[in-house]
Amino acid sequence: MSQEPQQTGIFKVIGASSLGTLIEWYDFYIFGSLATIIGSQLFPADAGASALINTLAIFAAGFIVRPFGALVFGRLGDLIGRKYTFLLTLVLMGGSTFLIGLIPSYSSIGYAAPILVLILRLIQGLALGGEYGGAATYVAEHAPAHKRGFFTSWIQTTATGGLFLSLGIIVLTKNLVGAESFADWGWRIPFLLSILLVGVSIYIRMKMHESPMFTKLKSEGKVSKNPLKESFNNKTNFKMVLLALFGATMGQGVIWYTGQFYAQSFIENTCHVDFNDSRYILLWGIAFATPFFVIFGSWSDKVGRKWIMLAGMLLGVIFYRPIYQIFLDDTDVSKIEQKDIAEISNPVVTRTAVAGTTDSLITTSSTVSLLDGGSFLKVQSHTKFADPAKSAVELPDAYKDKKLSTPIFWKFVLLIFFQILLVTMVYGPIAAFLVELFPTKIRYTSMSLPYHVGNGVFGGLVPFIATLIASFSGSTPLSGLWYPIGIAALSLLIGTVYLSNKKPDHNEGDSEIH
Amino acid sequence: MNALKKALGLVWIVLGPASIIFMFMQAFEKIGLAEEGVHKTNTALQWGIILFIFIPISAGLVIFGYYAWKGEYDNLPED
Repeated sequence: MSQEPQQTGIFKVIGASSLGTLIEWYDFYIFGSLATIIGSQLFPADAGASALINTLAIFAAGFIVRPFGALVFGRLGDLIGRKYTFLLTLVLMGGSTFLIGLIPSYSSIGYAAPILVLILRLIQGLALGGEYGGAATYVAEHAPAHKRGFFTSWIQTTATGGLFLSLGIIVLTKNLVGAESFADWGWRIPFLLSILLVGVSIYIRMKMHESPMFTKLKSEGKVSKNPLKESFNNKTNFKMVLLALFGATMGQGVIWYTGQFYAQSFIENTCHVDFNDSRYILLWGIAFATPFFVIFGSWSDKVGRKWIMLAGMLLGVIFYRPIYQIFLDDTDVSKIEQKDIAEISNPVVTRTAVAGTTDSLITTSSTVSLLDGGSFLKVQSHTKFADPAKSAVELPDAYKDKKLSTPIFWKFVLLIFFQILLVTMVYGPIAAFLVELFPTKIRYTSMSLPYHVGNGVFGGLVPFIATLIASFSGSTPLSGLWYPIGIAALSLLIGTVYLSNKKPDHNEGDSEIH
Repeated sequence: MNALKKALGLVWIVLGPASIIFMFMQAFEKIGLAEEGVHKTNTALQWGIILFIFIPISAGLVIFGYYAWKGEYDNLPED
């Protein structure tokens, strides 16, 4: 391979790798984004056993299985090659996503529905665990040493791109078919659409060649006989796996999932911002910030990977709490005065029977429109007892479906943009950082595990653990942020002390990375 | 810097078991507080999953600390 490969050649490699990886992320995220609807369609509402399966399918499979996929497919990739392994992960991911879209509802096939979803979700997690390491390794092994950060940063845009695509298609489909039809059958469209995207990507990937470094190893008979043993039984290599996890991917994972998942969940569920608004804010933030993956990836070729990644973690540690405090303050309706209100709609009163009693829950909803263009739904509820001797019990007022005024909307976009900018700092250079830590013959296995433990476990659990902490007695809505802040601070400390800031050697040949 | 790397190694060795003990205490407390029935089962399952995932990671942190204490990170291959 020449020192400067043909630009069109490397961009074909990047394009083919990135497209497939983007589609895998899309497949993975639509399940998470539609979890509530899937739960109502494919799981019975109130049965104990189904709750277990539901929890396992949605909570566990998505996160736990990724590191196992990294081991299974990483080993395969180091044994048979990168190309065929990540072709296989693409087929598995696309096939399982398509099938989720076809599964009949619980009312048609009973418990078979949630069990099939669980199996398909497990396959999705395994496939994703195998995909990323393969794509990053494949691109890195085609790239010249001094542009490795730049070229692999395109792969780094795919996770955010997949999230963007999934949110966009979900919002578009919901607006096209209507909320009621979307909840009934329209949610299947994003899953079924996956087969077209995967078909195109498989066609493109079939035309790709094996990585030149792996081909060279194979021709020399130096392919690893047992990548798992060599990766984790060899102290020299295993200590680098641990360093990669605790000094980099652990902190990177929580920054990624706080900026792109927890932020949206917080705005929607804690601040009670409208469904569409909360997603549009994230979509704009992603659109503005995504180019910075490439900028920081490219910059890391010049100044080294370490300090860019650690600066992203440091800024997260410093700014998360002030940012989320602004989210709370700007959506706090208790600060609204009478002079700020433009109009209050006629109240809609509904009466719902309280199960198992003759009592009723009376709900009065009215939309409050503000002079600044914002609005919210005010819901007042009280319980009316059948026994006239008992007086009605008032419940606290609830404020939902908040639509933000234009200045506040764009302020939120700016704050989300800043958080995703931090994501680009920690995530843009990390593929190049990881591939440079490990030798070619066990690279796929060795880099995949810390990546998926850092992202799938530490990162993927951010929404769950942060929500759990926020539910503890004595906690505030911001208490959940201590989890990503604590993990990022720990990773920042370990990274600062133990990582070296390797700058790529511009005289280094392309034949070997490590 | 190498002395700091080694000294912090001892911190990671202690932090691993300490985090597991903390998680067990939290798990027992939260499962005990959960309502009987499906809610309790789900809480137990969720904490079981958390412990299942984080115990090996905490063990990894202890090994990382041990390597650091032994000076394995004093001279990294890429230095």
